[in-house]
This record gives sequence, C-alpha cells and structure tokens, in this order.
Amino acid sequence: MSRQSVAKAHQKIQELSWEPAYHEPVSQYGTDYTFRKAKKKDPLKQVLRSYFPMQEEKDHRVYGAEDGAIRGNMFRQVQERWLEWQKLFLSIIPLPEISAARAMPLLFRTVPNPELHNGQAIQMIDEVRHSTIQQNLKRLYMNNYIDPAGFNSSLRNFQNDYCGTIGRQFAEGFITGDAITAASIYLTIVAETAFTNTLFVAMPAEAAANGDYLLPTVFHSVQSDESRHISNGYATLLMALSDESNHQLLERDLRYAWWNNHAVVDAAIGTFIEYGTKDRRKDRESYAEMWRRWIYDDYYRSYLVPLEKYGLVIPHDLIEEAWNRIWNKGYVHEVAQFFATGWLANYWRIDPMTDEDFEWFEHKYPGWYDKYGKWWENYNRLSVPNGHHPIVAEDVDYVYPHRCWTCMVPCLIREDMVTDKVDGQWRTYCSETCRWTDAEAFRPTYQGRQTPNMGQLVGAREWETLYHGWNWADVVADMGFVRDDGKTMVAQPHLDLDPKKMWTLDHLRRMPEVQSPNVLLNQMTDDERAAFVADYNRQGPAGRPAPAN
Amino acid sequence: MTTTQERSVPKPVFTDAEAGAKVFPDSGARQFNYFNPAKRKQSHYEDVTVEVQPDPRHYLAQGWLYAFADGRGGYPLEWTRLKAWGSDRPEPQRGPGSGGRGYDWPAHGWHEFRDPNEEWELTLYRYNANVVRQLNQNVEAARQSKAFEQWNHNWVTFVAQHVGAWMHVDHGLGLYLFANANRRAPTNMHNNAISVNSMHRIRAAQDLALYNLTLSEEIEGFDGTAHLSTWNDDPAWQGVRETAEQLTAIDDWCEAVFAANVVFEPLVGELFRSNLVQQAAPANGDFVTPTLIGAEEFDFAERDLRYTRVMFDLLVNDKEFAEHNTKILQEWLGTWVPRCLKAARTLQPLWSQPDAKPSRFEDGLDRVKSRFGGILSDLRLQTPKELAQ
Repeated sequence: MSRQSVAKAHQKIQELSWEPAYHEPVSQYGTDYTFRKAKKKDPLKQVLRSYFPMQEEKDHRVYGAEDGAIRGNMFRQVQERWLEWQKLFLSIIPLPEISAARAMPLLFRTVPNPELHNGQAIQMIDEVRHSTIQQNLKRLYMNNYIDPAGFNSSLRNFQNDYCGTIGRQFAEGFITGDAITAASIYLTIVAETAFTNTLFVAMPAEAAANGDYLLPTVFHSVQSDESRHISNGYATLLMALSDESNHQLLERDLRYAWWNNHAVVDAAIGTFIEYGTKDRRKDRESYAEMWRRWIYDDYYRSYLVPLEKYGLVIPHDLIEEAWNRIWNKGYVHEVAQFFATGWLANYWRIDPMTDEDFEWFEHKYPGWYDKYGKWWENYNRLSVPNGHHPIVAEDVDYVYPHRCWTCMVPCLIREDMVTDKVDGQWRTYCSETCRWTDAEAFRPTYQGRQTPNMGQLVGAREWETLYHGWNWADVVADMGFVRDDGKTMVAQPHLDLDPKKMWTLDHLRRMPEVQSPNVLLNQMTDDERAAFVADYNRQGPAGRPAPAN
Repeated sequence: MTTTQERSVPKPVFTDAEAGAKVFPDSGARQFNYFNPAKRKQSHYEDVTVEVQPDPRHYLAQGWLYAFADGRGGYPLEWTRLKAWGSDRPEPQRGPGSGGRGYDWPAHGWHEFRDPNEEWELTLYRYNANVVRQLNQNVEAARQSKAFEQWNHNWVTFVAQHVGAWMHVDHGLGLYLFANANRRAPTNMHNNAISVNSMHRIRAAQDLALYNLTLSEEIEGFDGTAHLSTWNDDPAWQGVRETAEQLTAIDDWCEAVFAANVVFEPLVGELFRSNLVQQAAPANGDFVTPTLIGAEEFDFAERDLRYTRVMFDLLVNDKEFAEHNTKILQEWLGTWVPRCLKAARTLQPLWSQPDAKPSRFEDGLDRVKSRFGGILSDLRLQTPKELAQ
C-alpha cells in the first residue's frame, strides 16, 4: 500500500464507524452473555487495500498449482485409498466454511465493539473464499480422478449420509442458538483455534504423502486465513471474560464446544489420516501423535491454560479424557471400524487394511491387532460379493452400536455409553458429557440461571430411525448412492473397479431389514432397558459382544 | 568421512488413478448431478456455489440439527415476507421408517436464483484487487504530479467534508445491512452475492478513508477529521444519515436489499456520486476523486444492481407468488421512496458549495428519478406517487 503505514491506515479506518443517532441497527440474534463497552482494538488489522491483492496472489499460487497438477498427471500417483475419503471430507467441509461466513453477523449486535466488526466482515468473505475454493478442488478431483462417483453427487450425499450428518452439525453449531456460544466459542475459540490444525495442517501433510499435492495447496492457503480468524475469537473472549457474570456461561460453552469438536473432528480426521493413508513409514506421526502436538501442546497448554489467570474455567478433565479416548480407548479405530461396517450406506470406497497396515498400527498403537486385526481380516474376506452379505449382516463378533443423540457418532466406547429420558424419549449418549450437553446445557435454564437464548438440538438425529424396517437395497436407492447403470453401488468395501467385483443393489435385497437401535430401545420395558444398558457397557473393544458371565 | 543417513520420505507410487484409465459404471459421470443448471450447461460458478447451503425440503434427510431458542433452524424462509413458488409447502416430516426423500430439487423457487455476476472466490478477489490497484496508482500519480495543488480552495473543503461523509454511508450499509443480510437468505446463491455486495461497500468506505488520509498528508490545511463533524452535525447530511440508519434497522432481508439497492442507491447514492461529485470535480481542478467515486459507481451500477434486478425479477414473475410479491414491493416503495427523496432533498445545499458549480440539483434529481423509474419499470412495479413530489 502506497506509503501509508499499515498501522496508520488501520487507525484511519477506525473512523468509519459511528454511534447511531436516529435508529439502532436491527437486532436479530440473542445472547445470554453481557459485554461492557470496553474498547478493544480490532485484532485483525486488515485493510482491504492490501487484503484483496494479497488474496489474489494466494489464488494465483493455488490455481497455478492446480494447473500444474493436471498437466503433470498428478492422478497417476494419487492413492485411491486416500482420494476415496476425500469424497466424504470435501462434501462436508464447504458447509462449515460457508456457515462461518453466515455466523459473523451473529456477533455484530451482540458484541458491541465496532472495532471488531471490521475483522468479522473480513472473516466473512474469507469464509466465502474457503467454501468455493474447496468446491473447486472437489470439482477438479471429479474431473480428473479415476472414479468420479461420490464426488459428482457430493452435496446431495453428505446431507443424507450418516457420516455426513456427523459433520453437518459442525457447521450448524456456528449459525444458531446463543450468538456467542455459536459464533465465538464453538466456532472461533475451539473449532478454528484448536481443530483447524488437524484439519488444515495435519491432513494436507498426509495427502502429500499419498501423492496428492493439491489438497495441501488449497488447505494451506485456507489455513493462512484461519490464523487471522483466531485473533477475532481471542478478542471477543477477552471481552467476555472481563464481565464476571459471563464466567458460568463460558465454562458451559467451553465444555460443550471442546467435547463436541473432539467427538466430531477427531472421528472424521482421525479416520482419514490413519485409515486413508498408504504411507506406513514407522517414523511418520500417527494421528495420536499429531493430536498431542497440535491440540494438546499448541492449543491446550499454550493458548487455553494462560487464560486461566483471567478467570477462564478450563475443562482440564475433558481435555484429558479426549486424549484418553484417543490413546487408551481406541476412539479413532472404533470410528474407522464403524464407518467400514456401514460401508454400504456411504458414497465412497473403503480399502481393506493389509498386513503392512496391521504392522504399522501395531507399532503405533501397541495391542491394536488383538483388538481390531481379526475384524479387518473379516472385512477383507467379505469385501468382494461371493454369496455372502456385506459385513454388517455377517457374524463377525460385532454388535451394531447405538448412536449418540448429541454428537451423532455412535456410542463406540461401550463402557461409557449412558442413557437418559429427555423430552419424553429414551436416548443413548456416547459419554456423560454428551448427555449433559443435550439434557442440561442446551436448555432455557442452566444451573438455575435463565438462558433464554440458548439453542436446541433438533432434527432426526439418528439416521437409522428414518429407515427402520426398510430393505437395505431400498435404503441405498432412496439416498441415491447408485451409479449410472442404475444398480451398481457408489460405495464399495474395496478399490477394485472391475464391475464383476462391485456390489449392486441386488446383493442387498436378501439382507435383513434395517433396525433402528433407538426405536428398539424405546420399545423396551424399564427392566429390559436396564439389562440392555448393563450388557452394552460390558461390550467391546472393537464392538465385540459382552463376554458370557 | 561423514555418513549420510537416509531420509525418511514417502515414496511415489504409480497408481494409474487418472480419469479414463478404466471403464466401469459412473466412470464418465463427471458433472455434479444434484442440481439443474440455469442454462444448458453447468457453469463453473454454479458448480462451486449451488447447494452448499442445504435445504431440508430436498436433500436434508435428517433435517436441521441445531436450532435457535425458538426452535427455528438453518435458514427460515419466513425471514422475508416475499415468497417463491413452493415456499408454503411444509418441510418433510421424518420419523421411524419415513425414509429420507424430500421434494424433487429444487423444491422451491428460491433455488432458481443465479448471480448474473457469477461471483465466487476467484472473481471477487480478481475484481476488487484490480480496483484497489488502479485506485492506488491513480492517487499515487496525482500525488507525484502535485495534482492536488490544482484544486480550488473550496473544493478542498468540499472533499474533506462531503466526499468524506459518504464513507460512513458505505461503511454502515456494508456492515450492518449487507454483511448482516448474508445470514438471512435461504440459498447460497443469494448469500454469496450479498456478501460480495457487502465487501464492495466496505472497500469503498475504506477507499475513501485512506484517500482522506493521503489528502491530509498532501494538502496543507486539509482537515482529515471534517468528515466526522459533517456526518455528526451538518444538517445537510442528517437526512442521509437518518435514512442510512433506518436501512440498517430493517428486519426483513429482502426489504433491506430492495430498499438499499433499488431505492436508496439510485435516488441518493447516484445523485450524490454521479450528479454532484463527478460533475463538480473536474471543473474544480480535481481529476482524482472521480476515479474513486467512479469505482464505487461501477460496483453499484454494473455489479450490485445487476444481481438485485435478477433476484427481484424472479420474484415478481414467480409462477405462484408474483402478485403477492409485487404487492409487498409496492408497499416497500411507498415506505422507502419518501424517506429517500427526503434524504436527497436535504443534501441540496451541497450543490452550491463548490466554486465551479455542477448542474442544478433539480436537474440531477430529475435524472435519478428517471433512472429509478426505469428500474421499477423493468421490475413491472409502479412508480409511486411520491416520486412526483
């Protein structure tokens, strides 16, 4: 920018805002937080005169790389195992991005500090950028990767699919409910500050190791914006902390946001990184190792803990428990196993694990083979249709799990599953924290305090219930996960594209009907339900039935 | 002798996973198949925009997952009084055994809107980067050639006070009307277009603010704070200020976009920019200010008004609700035309302030009224009687 310093320019644009003299801007979103009108500087310090050319330059680099990848036939070296999981990831992620754009106005009236609004508006357009640049990447994959199925139908698919909807809540959590809970704590303080590290830094590194250098190109460009957004959240958090009456709400929201982000993001990204890669070098970091570095050390110890002195009550117990779930309770492995169990309800192909994979898992997660090895051998055995059912309907020592009403990931760590009767319905939860989120946090009163602006968990939150009593072939057809011959499924439990080895709707016709675990739970008597819960808690690991007494 | 340890790096593997390597079901299905293009072929803009923001009426099988305290989730259609065909059909109710199917795409007429500017990431950064680069060069060239020394004395004051005051309009509407409205519309096509509109206004506000800063450094006696006192206290600006604030107070997102882009901008924005500043500046020795104001004029006339026209054209020609929508738009015209005309007339004293006078206020007002009438005519709306005042 000419000869004006950025600081001077930034100071000048602070003169743009004014206090209304005649009419207040419309107030459409509520919060139970209160803010003093303490002056805080706009942390983003971004002036559009330099911002637009900077973003344009970043675009030049991204689109130049995309062009180069096509000319250089990058797809001759891309691992299909990796690209298949991108069908799920890239169908989900543009929605959280665009939702972050839509979330910014929630803060305009609720955080009465015009200096912050400039940064929020720039974040808004950054997020529009992320959404369309990611859609464009998916379009490129669809056009240039061997199997376009699943990419070509992605924005219909992920909104029907039981994995896609796990991700969708990540987006909807930004745009509804209490404005500060949603757009500040859930979005910027936790999702962007903590979990974009694994999303946009750890995952691209794994993509590159699998021959895909376009995902790193796009997502590192995205991440260079995220780092600016983090300062938006930080400034709002400091303002919120300055008012004592907010501390109870901050404690609630940090617990909810942390746990939900962990449950959702670690499920998805952990699976992509650990089960979507072909890079089995023993010295490459596992997801657990990445998590420890990016989330535990960088976020928790360097960012959150220093805020304790300002009165922030940090959910130390939940951070330790998230690590415990990842390291000791096999969270990522349980999720990957579940996604593979239900492969037939998805819209991508899931490659079986090989001996090389087993060796790597055992090296990184000692004891892995004893828990999961046999099941993955069965998955491999049952991957090509040969007179048997898909693995979900075969006896492989796996009990189909109940779904967590809150995070919508199934209750895979069986001993942690809890039930509660909420809003007249028996619900299952993966953990006590998810029960608390639904039954206590997302309510109009919290610990005796009126919280009239708090949002609600709504919707048909269990995919299985929609298809209770349906034939599997009809389920897949209803979701539209069928290829252009009208019968071959988009999803496959292997990577072989020989049509003779691909599953079709005809193979599913003979399967038993879909049964919704929640419908069945609500049909039980109290005694039956108590016995069911006791049995469920004794199941696992790896979904094994409870041992006989 | 030193030994080199082999570095641990992933090994490239030939996978032959490129398009066309094998033939199998769907191997040639390389188009997004979940929406119908507006024209015969899907555009790049549509591919990166359509359906990113979902809708429970078609593919959203499990419905919205989070809601506001009142139970409304996502993007309620009733956030505007206007309706597109299909708006009154209820969201499909899902329960045990219901399946996931909704109505056939697009389920309702809101999804038929396409931004004629086809704005997405690539276009919006390219466009705005070009604008700021050109403006920087214009201002820098003027600075180096000492062009500001050619300005009439009164014109220096005029720019400090009145051109400066306009930055507040841009900023206020950019943030609290347009950026705010980007949360409200039911489709991604609407909200993206509105976001881009917001950035045009915020950029224009900053263009004027930074120009003001340059002038403070280049022109002796240039009062860089005069825009604040003018905006706060000058009676000639209080009509515009009151109207701008009133615009940001609108709850209905369609009314906000309509009132700002169909009524306020043609009657007040273009009056001030094209019929006052642009006309007066050259005769007062100023060839720089018109380039800034001209950039904003282009943003509005060629980009923002363009999408606005298409958006409302669909609604007034809607196969189910054309009459309903037209009636409401007429009602909004009845509300906003008098307010905007009053704001325009309050600005009248500005016309007599430069040494070299622009054409008469009334002539300028007639011109913008005539253009405004044309916009209404294109939308098949009737010119409100207040316009004759």
